[in-house]
Amino acid sequence: MSMIEIKGLCKSFGEHEVLKGIDQNVEEGEVLCIVGPSGSGKSTMLRCINRLEEPTGGEIYIDGELVTDKNVDAMRTKMGMVFQSFNLFPHKSVLENLTIGPINVKKADRKQSEEKGLALLERVGLAEKANEYPRNLSGGQQQRVAIARALAMDPEVMLFDEPTSALDPEMVGEVLDVMKSLAKDGMTMIVVTHEMGFAKEVADKVIFMDGGYIVEQGTPDDVLNHPQMDRTKDFLSKVLV
Amino acid sequence: MGVYLKGFLIACRGIPATVAVSLIAIVIGAAFGLLLALCSQTKSKILQVLAKVYIDVVRGTPMLVQALIMAYGIPWLLQSWGVGFKWDNYGGMVVPAVIVCGFNSAAYLSEVIRSGIQAIDKGQMEAARSLGMSHGMAMRLVIIPQAIRIILPAFANEFVTLIKETSVLGYVGVVEILRRGQLWNSSSFETFPAYIGVALAYMILTIPLSKIINGYERKMARKESAA
Repeated sequence: MSMIEIKGLCKSFGEHEVLKGIDQNVEEGEVLCIVGPSGSGKSTMLRCINRLEEPTGGEIYIDGELVTDKNVDAMRTKMGMVFQSFNLFPHKSVLENLTIGPINVKKADRKQSEEKGLALLERVGLAEKANEYPRNLSGGQQQRVAIARALAMDPEVMLFDEPTSALDPEMVGEVLDVMKSLAKDGMTMIVVTHEMGFAKEVADKVIFMDGGYIVEQGTPDDVLNHPQMDRTKDFLSKVLV
Repeated sequence: MGVYLKGFLIACRGIPATVAVSLIAIVIGAAFGLLLALCSQTKSKILQVLAKVYIDVVRGTPMLVQALIMAYGIPWLLQSWGVGFKWDNYGGMVVPAVIVCGFNSAAYLSEVIRSGIQAIDKGQMEAARSLGMSHGMAMRLVIIPQAIRIILPAFANEFVTLIKETSVLGYVGVVEILRRGQLWNSSSFETFPAYIGVALAYMILTIPLSKIINGYERKMARKESAA
């Protein structure tokens, strides 16, 4: 059984069809990178997995369990999400950002949650920032906190929605390094990204999306170095200078 | 000069009533206003329409008229149905006065609260929901605490407005600041000192409050530009 099964996923915004039937499985411990031009539906696909966008058709299974309106809150605790714009809670300290989920959603013990939060901050290299507020952190630091916040819920899979696209170039590396170490530790990850270097180095599988379809998929070497489809070749020739 | 001081001091005796009514009313207004704001943002069309109608009715009628309906109209109606009802048996005329002020300011505050909630970036709700929070928990822990900071100045302005609006409550038997002045005027015939005293009594409430609000807004603006 795959950890995530996506079957016939469709999504329309009014008349506009963004996803036109996506089938994809993600195995435990696998790192899946989704690449493609803007508007190809890759972010929408990711957001449909944890139902931030409600699919208009198709089914998503996590651990074999269908995600529905009814169980969505519980299912989301299995999926950590990292956003392009970080979305840290500005009225909470860094450590509180990490404990608000466990304490309120999982009813975890405050003290244990704080200890775990500090350990996670250590892991992303920001232990000394625990009592700062997000606005005092750089973009790269905020995104590392956002990753730690998602990890604090002990997710089975991490969803990354263009996690480095809003960052200044010199801060991209520190965020990618955290993601690489997560991948090395065996975390299941789905990453929407424009970082082809990251995809080549870390991904187990790459899918190229365009126009609401998966155009091509395979190992990073297959898709990024030896693409078969003209649209993939065309896209890669523009991004890989 | 002594007569002006006297007029001021007499008006000041109405301050406890004015402040008490305004404070209780703003609490009712905040709570019910939040409920209205949440109703107008739900998916339920019925709740949306109910909130809209309520807000339109309250904002479309003078508070004095609402006070007269609540204080005298409702007891009349109940008595015509054979229910012996007098506000005096339920705490006096200050009760309908507080109710009217509270539910009146709720209509105005709901708009303030709604715009405050809408000003919070959509990503905040998404981040909260992605941690597994229900919509209600996300509102309570993430959205509303942030919205309050944005709302606070407008909320305090509504409180200043409310303090001044309570001056109509003399018509329904609440002896607040204006009513104190009117009563003294009708016995002393010191008309100008009486009403100047009333004006000053309102000012010592409203002007410090406005200063505090301005200070808070400046502090927030500095914070914004620093961030």
